[in-house]
Amino acid sequence: MTEVKLGRRNFLKGAGAAAGAAGAAIATGLTACTPETATAAAPAEPQVWHTLNATEAAFIQAAVDTLIPADELTPSGSDVGLAVFIDRQLAGAFGNGARLYRQGPFLPGKPEHGYQLALTPREFFRVGIEATNEWTRKTYDGKDFDRLNEEQRIEAMKALEQGKPEFAGFRSSMFFDQLLQLTMEGFFADPIYGGNRDKVAWKMIGFPGLPASYREEIKTYFNKKYDAEPQSIADFS
Amino acid sequence: MVTVLKEVDAVVVGMGWTGSILSRELTKAGLNVVGLERGGMRSPREDFAIPSIRDELKYSQRQELFQDSAMETVSLRHARSETALPMRRLGSFVPGTNVGGAGTHWNGATWRCLETDYVLKSHYTERYGRNFVPAEMTIQDFGVTYADLEPYYDKFEKLCGVSGQAGNLRGAKVDGGNFFEGPRSSEYPNKPLQRGLAGVLFEEATKKLGYHPFPQPSSNASAAYTNPEGAVMGECVYCGFCERFGCESNAKASPNVNVLSVLVHEPKFELRTHAYVKSLVYDRRAKRVKSVIYVDPRNGEEYEQPANIVILGAYVFNNVLLMLTAGIGQPYDPVTGRGVVGKNYCYQYTDAGVTAFFEDKENNPFMATGAFGTVVDDFNGDNFDHSQLGFIGGGHISAGLSDGRPIGTRALPPGTPRWGKDWKQATAKWYRRWFNVSGTACNYAHRENYLDLDPTYKDALGRPLIRITYNFKENDYKIGAFLSQKSAEIARAMNPTIVTEPRYRSGDYSAVPYQSTHNTGGTIMGADPATSVVNRYLQAWDAHNLFIMGASVFPQNQSYNPTGPLGALAYWSSNAITTQYLNNPGPLMHA
Repeated sequence: MTEVKLGRRNFLKGAGAAAGAAGAAIATGLTACTPETATAAAPAEPQVWHTLNATEAAFIQAAVDTLIPADELTPSGSDVGLAVFIDRQLAGAFGNGARLYRQGPFLPGKPEHGYQLALTPREFFRVGIEATNEWTRKTYDGKDFDRLNEEQRIEAMKALEQGKPEFAGFRSSMFFDQLLQLTMEGFFADPIYGGNRDKVAWKMIGFPGLPASYREEIKTYFNKKYDAEPQSIADFS
Repeated sequence: MVTVLKEVDAVVVGMGWTGSILSRELTKAGLNVVGLERGGMRSPREDFAIPSIRDELKYSQRQELFQDSAMETVSLRHARSETALPMRRLGSFVPGTNVGGAGTHWNGATWRCLETDYVLKSHYTERYGRNFVPAEMTIQDFGVTYADLEPYYDKFEKLCGVSGQAGNLRGAKVDGGNFFEGPRSSEYPNKPLQRGLAGVLFEEATKKLGYHPFPQPSSNASAAYTNPEGAVMGECVYCGFCERFGCESNAKASPNVNVLSVLVHEPKFELRTHAYVKSLVYDRRAKRVKSVIYVDPRNGEEYEQPANIVILGAYVFNNVLLMLTAGIGQPYDPVTGRGVVGKNYCYQYTDAGVTAFFEDKENNPFMATGAFGTVVDDFNGDNFDHSQLGFIGGGHISAGLSDGRPIGTRALPPGTPRWGKDWKQATAKWYRRWFNVSGTACNYAHRENYLDLDPTYKDALGRPLIRITYNFKENDYKIGAFLSQKSAEIARAMNPTIVTEPRYRSGDYSAVPYQSTHNTGGTIMGADPATSVVNRYLQAWDAHNLFIMGASVFPQNQSYNPTGPLGALAYWSSNAITTQYLNNPGPLMHA
C-alpha cells in the first residue's frame, strides 16, 4: 500500500514532464494509477484540479486518505472525492474569502477571537501545506507528507493535531483543524459538491439525505431504525 | 450627493419580525409606511424551494442566509484593558439579513417570559433582601409587566400559529404545560408537535424526579393554520432543516409568510429593498429624529427619507450603532456607570449539560424540527429557592436534537479520536443513538459588559464596528455548573449506555463555536431615563418620534429565546403609538 502511494506521486510528476501541457491526461493517470482503482470502474470524467498544484494535490489526497482511511465501511477519502471537494472549495467563493472580514490591522488574538490572519482560506492552505511538508522533510528523512508510509502519516497527523510542529505565523493545530473541517464537510455534504461519492458517508451512518417529509415516519419509526436509500439534491433535480 | 425624498408618516428600519409587525399595525392605523431593508427580497417559493434548500454545506456551513461578515461585523474584547479584534467570520451568533431577517432562519422557539422576569430587580430585592443582588449586577425591571404584555403575547402567538400546551389558563394550572408560566388568556393556536425519542425519555425521567416537563412552544406549525392576518401556514414535516434554513412548507412562521405576504398588498405600505440605513438625522433641540439616511449598496447612492415617526427594527448591534452615531442619548460609561446607550449588553450561556448515548435505541435525529425539545422550567428564573445558592437566575433544561445534519450534528463518546478508522467505526455506531440534555441559562447584566464604537475597525459603509466588551461572570459560571449537574441527574435517570461528565463553560467567552443568536441590550427599556434608553412603550427618552424594537431593549437576557418576548413588545409598542402617540405626538411618559 505504501509503495503504491509513493508510486502515485512519482507517476504524477513523471507524467507531468512527459505529457507536457496535457493536464487532464496527467490527472486521469493520477486517479487510475493504483492497482485497486486501475481495475475498478474508471472515473466518468478526467481529474482536473481547479486550484491545487501537483504537490498540493498529492498532499491533500494523502491527507484525506489518512483522515478517512479505506475500510469495510467506505472507500478512502480520495476515492470518495474528498480531494476534489477540497480543491473546488478552495478554488471557489469560500477559498477566496467570501464572508470573511478582511480589513486590517491584522493582530494576533486569543483563540476566542477566532481566525485573525490576513490570508484567504486558499492562501492559508497553500502556506499550511508548504509548512507541513517542510516539517515532514525535516522529521522523516527528506520526505514530503504524501511520501510517508501509512504509519508515518498517522503519526504526522497526530503531531499536527496536537500542534507539535512549529509553523511561522500560526499554530500547526490550526491548520490541522481547518484540514479536518474541510475533509468532514466533504465527506458528509451532499454529493453535488464532489465528495461523499455514491453517498457513502450517509450510508455509513444511516442519514437518509433529504426526504420530502417525515410527517408519518416520525410516528411509525419511533425508536425504530429508519432504513431508506439516501437521496441527494441531484436525485430530485 | 444625497437625494432628499418626500416625507412619509412612518419609516421602518429593517424588515424582520418587529419591522414587519410595526409596518402592518401602522398601516392599519391609516399611516403611509416605508419599510427599508438593507438586503434583497426573499420569498419562500423562490428562495427556500426543495430540493436546493436542503443543503447543509451551503446554508449551515457557508452561512448563505446570514449577515455578510465581510461587509459588517462586530469586534470583541473580554475587558476594557484589551484591544478588541473583529469577528472575521460569524461564529457564536449569526444575525440575519434580507427581507425577513433572522426570522427566516430561526428555529421557531416562541416563549413567554416569566412574570418575575419583568420585575427582576424588585422581585429579588423583595424576596431575598436589599443586598442580595450584587452592586455590579446592573439588572433592572422592564417598566412593563407580564400582565401588561399578556394580550400582545397572545396576539403574537396567533400571528405565528404557535404549537404548544398551556400550563396556566386564566390562573388555572393545566397538566402537561409549563407549570411556572404566567396566566394565559387562551390556549396555544396549535397543539404541540410530535415528539421524538429524546422527548419521551426526558418526560419519563423528569416526572420520576418530580419535575414538570412540557413541550417546547414552537412556531413550527403542528397542523395547517391560517393566522388572523389571513396568511396560511403548512404543517411541519419534521425535515430536520430548520435553523439556518428557510422553510419550504411555510410551516415555520416567518415575517415573509406570516406578515409580509399580506402586507405587500397594502397600498399604504412601500417596501424598499437594497436600502441600507446608514444613519439617523437627529434634531436635538426638537428632540426628534427628522429623517434616516440610507445607501443603495448596489451603486452607493444615498437617500434621505424624512418621516414623522421612525421605527428602529434592525438587529441589536445596528440599533445601538445608529443611536451612538446619531448622538441620541448618553453613551454608557463603565467607569462612572453613567449613560445608557450600549449599557447592559448581555449574551447567553448555553449547553450546560451532558450528552447521553443509547446503544439499544434509535433516535432518528434527522426526523426533527427546530423547536423540538421537551423542557423543564423547574430551575429557571426564581422558580426555585436561591437563598443558599450563591447565584441569581437559572435556565431551562431540555432534551432533543433539532436536526441530524451530519456535518454539524455528530457526537461521540469521550475518548473517541476525531478521525481515522476508530472514528469511522464509532461514528457509524453512534450517529443515530445520542442526544443532549442541557440547560440554557439567563445572562444577567454586568457593569463591565457593554457596547460602544470600535476605534479602529470599520464596516463597508465606513462606520465604526460595534465593539463588544464582554465576558461571562461568576454568576454565569455558577449557573452553568448548577444546570449541568441537574441535566446529568436527568440524563442518568434515562439509563443511557454512556453519559458524559457534566460540561459547562469555565473559560472566557469565545466568539468561535455557535452558542446562540440571543444578543440583548444596548438600548434598554425602563421607567427612568437615567437608566434606560427607551420608556415602557419603547419610545426613546431623547427623541419622542423614535421607537426602538427588538431584544436591544431587554434590560437583561432571560434564559428564553427572545422572539416571543420581542414580538409581544412590538405589538405593545404599536398599540401605544396608534392609540396614544398619534393623537398627541410627544413623550408618552415624563421623567
